[in-house]
Amino acid sequence: MFELNDDWDLEPKSRVCLLEDYAGSEVRWCPGCGDHAVLSAVQRLARDKQLAPEKTVVVSGIGCSSRFPHYMSTYGFHGLHGRALPVACGIRSRRPDLDIFVVTGDGDCCAIGTAHWIHAIRYNMDLTILLLDNNIYGLTKNQTSPTTPFGWRSQTHPRGSFFASLNPIAVTLGIQNASFVAQTIDWCPPHLYATIRAAHEHKGASFVRIFQRCPHFTEDVFAQAREDPGRVLLMTHAQGIPLDAAVLKMFPNRAGHDPSNLAEARELACREDVCTIGLFYRNPGGSRYDEVTAQGLGKTPGEKLAAIEMALDGFMV
Amino acid sequence: MISAVVIGRKKGTIPQPIRYGNMSATAIDSRPLPDARTPKVVDQHIIEIVSDSGEGAQTCGQMFGAICARSGHGVWTVEIIPAEIEPPSRSREGASGNRIRLGSKAVTNAGDHADLVVAFNEQVLYSRIDVDALRSGTLVFLDGTWAEHPMEEIRRSYAEAVRDFQTRGYVVIEVPIEQQCRKHTDEPRRGKNIWVLGMLCAIYDLEMDRVRGEVTRRFSKRSAALVEKNLALLEDGYQWALRNVEHRFHIPGRPATTPMVVMNGNQALGLGIMAAGMEVCSMYPITPATSASHFLASVFDRVGGFVHQAEDEIAAIGFAIGASYAGKTAATITSGPGLALKTEFLGLAVMAEVPLVVIVVQRGGPSTGLPTKIEQGDLLAALYGSPGDSPKIVIAPATIEECFHFMITARKLAEEFRGPVIVLTDANLATGQQPFPRPQLRESWLAAPPDQSEWDPNTPPFAWDLETGLSRRPIPGQRGGEYVLTGLAHDEASHVAYESRINQRAMEMRSRKLSVFRSSLKPPKVHGDAEGDLLVVGWGSTLGAIEEAVDRLRTEGHRVSCLHLRFLSPLEPGLKEIFARFRKVITVEINYSDEPGVPCVTPESRRYAQLAQVLRAYTLVDVDCWSRVPGSPIPPGMIQDALRRRLGSLGTEE
Repeated sequence: MFELNDDWDLEPKSRVCLLEDYAGSEVRWCPGCGDHAVLSAVQRLARDKQLAPEKTVVVSGIGCSSRFPHYMSTYGFHGLHGRALPVACGIRSRRPDLDIFVVTGDGDCCAIGTAHWIHAIRYNMDLTILLLDNNIYGLTKNQTSPTTPFGWRSQTHPRGSFFASLNPIAVTLGIQNASFVAQTIDWCPPHLYATIRAAHEHKGASFVRIFQRCPHFTEDVFAQAREDPGRVLLMTHAQGIPLDAAVLKMFPNRAGHDPSNLAEARELACREDVCTIGLFYRNPGGSRYDEVTAQGLGKTPGEKLAAIEMALDGFMV
Repeated sequence: MISAVVIGRKKGTIPQPIRYGNMSATAIDSRPLPDARTPKVVDQHIIEIVSDSGEGAQTCGQMFGAICARSGHGVWTVEIIPAEIEPPSRSREGASGNRIRLGSKAVTNAGDHADLVVAFNEQVLYSRIDVDALRSGTLVFLDGTWAEHPMEEIRRSYAEAVRDFQTRGYVVIEVPIEQQCRKHTDEPRRGKNIWVLGMLCAIYDLEMDRVRGEVTRRFSKRSAALVEKNLALLEDGYQWALRNVEHRFHIPGRPATTPMVVMNGNQALGLGIMAAGMEVCSMYPITPATSASHFLASVFDRVGGFVHQAEDEIAAIGFAIGASYAGKTAATITSGPGLALKTEFLGLAVMAEVPLVVIVVQRGGPSTGLPTKIEQGDLLAALYGSPGDSPKIVIAPATIEECFHFMITARKLAEEFRGPVIVLTDANLATGQQPFPRPQLRESWLAAPPDQSEWDPNTPPFAWDLETGLSRRPIPGQRGGEYVLTGLAHDEASHVAYESRINQRAMEMRSRKLSVFRSSLKPPKVHGDAEGDLLVVGWGSTLGAIEEAVDRLRTEGHRVSCLHLRFLSPLEPGLKEIFARFRKVITVEINYSDEPGVPCVTPESRRYAQLAQVLRAYTLVDVDCWSRVPGSPIPPGMIQDALRRRLGSLGTEE
């Protein structure tokens, strides 16, 4: 007769969540915005992984991309500009049972929220952090962001940006205890999906920067890489992002990069001649702050009262 | 030779310092104790111990205070803290130490002038003279070692200071502290404090077994050799004082009939956080709030909690809000500058109705201000410091005991009224120590585990009761309760509101909660008669000093009463009716106000103290104020004088 694998289950699933079960309010992003692709990828991932909506939290800051939680049917936290990460860390601190996504933008993460970005990477709590980088402030209508290319004209720099653009991947790779750093693009949905999926599977703070254009203010900012796949450098490795043949076929320009090689990751991150996508770095052995903060969750009231009495004993007259 | 003769002050002469030999060490001798060892009975005394930072006067003061509390004395201690960790030695600014007020009854404040000061050098004593801490007749026990210092400059400075102290009327007693300590340690600077503790125990007639136990307990964690060395220092100081010091006092103690604890306000806050069942306290280091986190960090894991030291003040409150949103109510603790940085998140907690306890241990402001000093300058920032209308509960404990109990109240209020509760304490409570009855813990104080039951999907996340504005919140994990918390204007479903009508109603709902809470409060109790000439209103740590000042004035025959507010937003009810029974109402506060009559200030332009502004606005009563910002607790005598002046002008006004 046939034999069953141990983990097979013949019982029909009592609850199956479909794609539409993850859809929240009516999506109000502009047509052509890269945010749509990321939303689809995250909803697909939630469906594929059958994440329970009540056990999933999407945390964001302020900006176009930070409207993201409203378009999911899970729990969400649409908080303050730049402050998604401290909130997400606080949520994670006592809730090891939740799936937590953080959606942030280039202004939110790399300008007003920079301190939190640096330290959230250090804390390495289990969070899937998606940086939706359109190289511009969109919601406030076309101001230069930290990642806006040098010389790019915006409303705040009408004669062109004065600054070399900030490289979030290079910055993140410079932070001690970084544990998952990847980059992807909105115009290749399979790579986008595979990267977010790998990030979600990683235990620790996974940081994914997603290049995605703003149809109004940075329509052409990634034009070279979009139009010429030769300008994209695809990182491949057995330990990297799992890729299917179609993606491999799409990007002939590849680098076999071992994501445990931090020095090479930093080198690749700093290349300016190509748009490098894939997994730069992964360290599954980094220390995780959430393992510390969740300690003691199971204390009973009796244990607690005894501990407080003991603390009071030290102050007895 | 040793001379234990006290030269009293003769009319027209400057008293000579009492000097013991040539500042050389004396062996414990077997001579009989002098007759003068019978102590004088007094009902209270104020003692100060000041040293260079690092010489341990604070440790000495804390231990002395704790021992006195254990002996059944009423105690209030205040720390004298320099701004730097290791400021230059022999400098006024570097003075570090404690003031301890002892009484045969409960002591509620630090009092007026010191009766006895121990100073490890003359310069640190000047720092106390500068703040008017001494009076003519104060006994000054001064380390006499400086009279024989190798540097002539120091010898001269010391000699000049001693002469100056005498002209100021202090009774100077030069003590060979350093020389005596040298008998027991090669580092006398590190032993003086325990030697002085021994001396004080003799002067104040304390039970030495208790003191030895305290010293043993304190140092046994380090090493047995250290215990032995310190016990020897203690004994030497004690015996030396018995044989050489004529001034000895006995303050009758009244051993408590119920178990008592003694701690400072920050420790009380930490214990209160635990007793309230809160498990997350996030902070960024800021004086004078940080010591609460130090204490909490040392014990919090025993109740399964943790202190999160965030990357900044903003992240600290964000983290606490995240933890609250996803589970149990969390706390964040800060001081004025940190409150300023937390303002935006506070607004979010109001807007999105996230329960949160925000503890503000006030210090001097504005800006970096007086980091280690006392002020009550953050009331208006707490009430109004958020853009838009952000109604929140603000409470202020008035005693160290209340610091503990208000944590339990604050968590419950935060959850019941679904929003932030600000608890205002100050540097006086934070570092002051006072005995109080040991709290009888209750399991009901602990927060329940986060609700993870199914949520009725037909109940929106802000199902406001239109009467009260109250609603329950879904917590992640509750199936059917999924919603997106937002800081944008939102409707009951937490959907972003595009209609003006929704914004109006949501504002009403959030505001309504304060009215509902207020209706459950009782009018405050008046200390003194229910009617009279003058009613003094205070809040926070000034309770003891105000009541003492009022009691003294009442003894003088004045018709004065006082009341103390604990709930500042919403304000306690019945104030207008209470105020109406007095000819004048005045607040006493430690924050800035214009004195009437100073240049350019007219009655219309006068800027009032912070509580006075609030009371004037809410009651339409012409509430006056008297406030000062000395950076130190305002002594009862100073309040008494100010109130007496106001009472005087009251007579001439009509």
